[in-house]
Amino acid sequence: MTDTARGHGTSGLALAPHRVGAMVLRYLYLLRSSWSRILELIYWPAVQLFVWGFLQFYIAQNSGFFARAAGMFIGAVLLWDILFRGQLGFSVSFLEEMWSRNLANLMISPLRPIEFVAALMIMSIVRLAIGMVPVTIFAIVFFGFNFYSLGIALAVFFLNLILTSWSVGIVVSGVVMRNGMGAESLAWTVMFVLMPLTCVYYPVAVLPDWLQWVAWVLPPTYVFEGMRALVLERTFRGDLMLAAFVLNLVFFAIAVAVFLALLRSARRIGSLLQSGE
Amino acid sequence: MPSSVPAIEADRLSKVYTARGRTTLAVDGISFALAPGSVTGLLGGNGAGKTTTIAMILGLIEPTAGAARVMGSDMARERYRMLHRMNFESPYMDMPNRLTVRQNLTVFGRLYAVEDLAGHIAALAGQLDLADLLDRPTGKLSAGQKTRVSLAKALINRPDILLLDEPTASLDPDTADWVRGHLERYRTERNATILLASHNMAEVERLCERVIIMKRGRIEDDGSPAALLARYGRDNLEEVFLDVARGRGEAAREAAQ
Repeated sequence: MTDTARGHGTSGLALAPHRVGAMVLRYLYLLRSSWSRILELIYWPAVQLFVWGFLQFYIAQNSGFFARAAGMFIGAVLLWDILFRGQLGFSVSFLEEMWSRNLANLMISPLRPIEFVAALMIMSIVRLAIGMVPVTIFAIVFFGFNFYSLGIALAVFFLNLILTSWSVGIVVSGVVMRNGMGAESLAWTVMFVLMPLTCVYYPVAVLPDWLQWVAWVLPPTYVFEGMRALVLERTFRGDLMLAAFVLNLVFFAIAVAVFLALLRSARRIGSLLQSGE
Repeated sequence: MPSSVPAIEADRLSKVYTARGRTTLAVDGISFALAPGSVTGLLGGNGAGKTTTIAMILGLIEPTAGAARVMGSDMARERYRMLHRMNFESPYMDMPNRLTVRQNLTVFGRLYAVEDLAGHIAALAGQLDLADLLDRPTGKLSAGQKTRVSLAKALINRPDILLLDEPTASLDPDTADWVRGHLERYRTERNATILLASHNMAEVERLCERVIIMKRGRIEDDGSPAALLARYGRDNLEEVFLDVARGRGEAAREAAQ
């Protein structure tokens, strides 16, 4: 068997499914070994759902508009969790390598950066599913909001949000890899910078004019506007989703380029061997 | 590829670290070539540049100047051509603690596309006395047991090039001796090239046919253990090491002549 046939080709962009599978297996072993990790995946999305769900109940009793917009807050909180938990699922899987001082073992193995990223993307979906599926069932049972009734729109929303979450996760992981665990807090906080700008709970029109320009650069803004259009006006805004997708492709390409640049920089400063603070 | 190609080659290899305006010369233009199937010891005090040199050979650190080549491939640019034929064990690295030994070895075996992985893990466990530990979490093992697991990981892909950083650190004398025996057998059976950094001079004398002594990023001396002992007029490598480390190497060499 040739080297290339076994997936040992020289191209840094070659992707071998067996190595991606090995990394996914590594993270599944970890999740299987730790009930606390699994519980944590469900705990915070569930808390968020109940807070916003009951708030929506209260407002709906006192406002005709919100009574008509039943599900808007719950829809927003669930979509926000896709964005936030998607990024966290990606970043935490990466941080597991830093916490266990295993990064250098991976970097001296034939694992390519692109395969590592692919495995982290898969794990972000796995971790998201573990957290979100029970919570969407809670939304049906406790608040009568069926997230899945959004149908094909939900798939488009999900695709756009998960792409953004991966882009942010890739950059955060690169920064932690380059700068060490001192940058770990970025993984937990960076998405909250986007929260007010992406207009999760209110329309973009609420923002000052100059800030609206910033908001429209961010793909999730289009998704949350699209969700409100669907819930309030029963209209699926394909134009918004297409714009978000194009922006996501651009951001994803930039994120991968930044990650590879940070990896090169980490090799220059020697931070791959000593992945501490 | 012709057999005259060195298994490992450092060609005027340098590394300068720059942090907050301060530069540190970690490795200063060193050159050496290791023949396939040889065992070489890299000696030097703390901060001599041994780990940085090994990291550049692995492609973990990019040289500031010069090149580190493995089987003729430049590791800064062509590392993926060679990494599946190499492996490394170091106290700087750990393995996921919550995973069992078997799970860790399975993950690394799959990364290296090892054939008959389950059988190979069982064989390695037998050779390194890990059979009873395979289903225990790696984090629950003693330091010595973890070292043996790290060694099993380093051997999981049957590497042609094996780089070891303190391979018997934290092992009791009996286990350390046993591990050295295993490395000798592995080298003989696979004709593997081994480069090992160690502070254990007895280990270096036993395993290595060549010793490279580094100090402040430079190669201070290079030769077989017997040649070094003769050159410094000493009875063991520890005394040679102390001569070099304490700056009296030249005087010792002159006195021996």
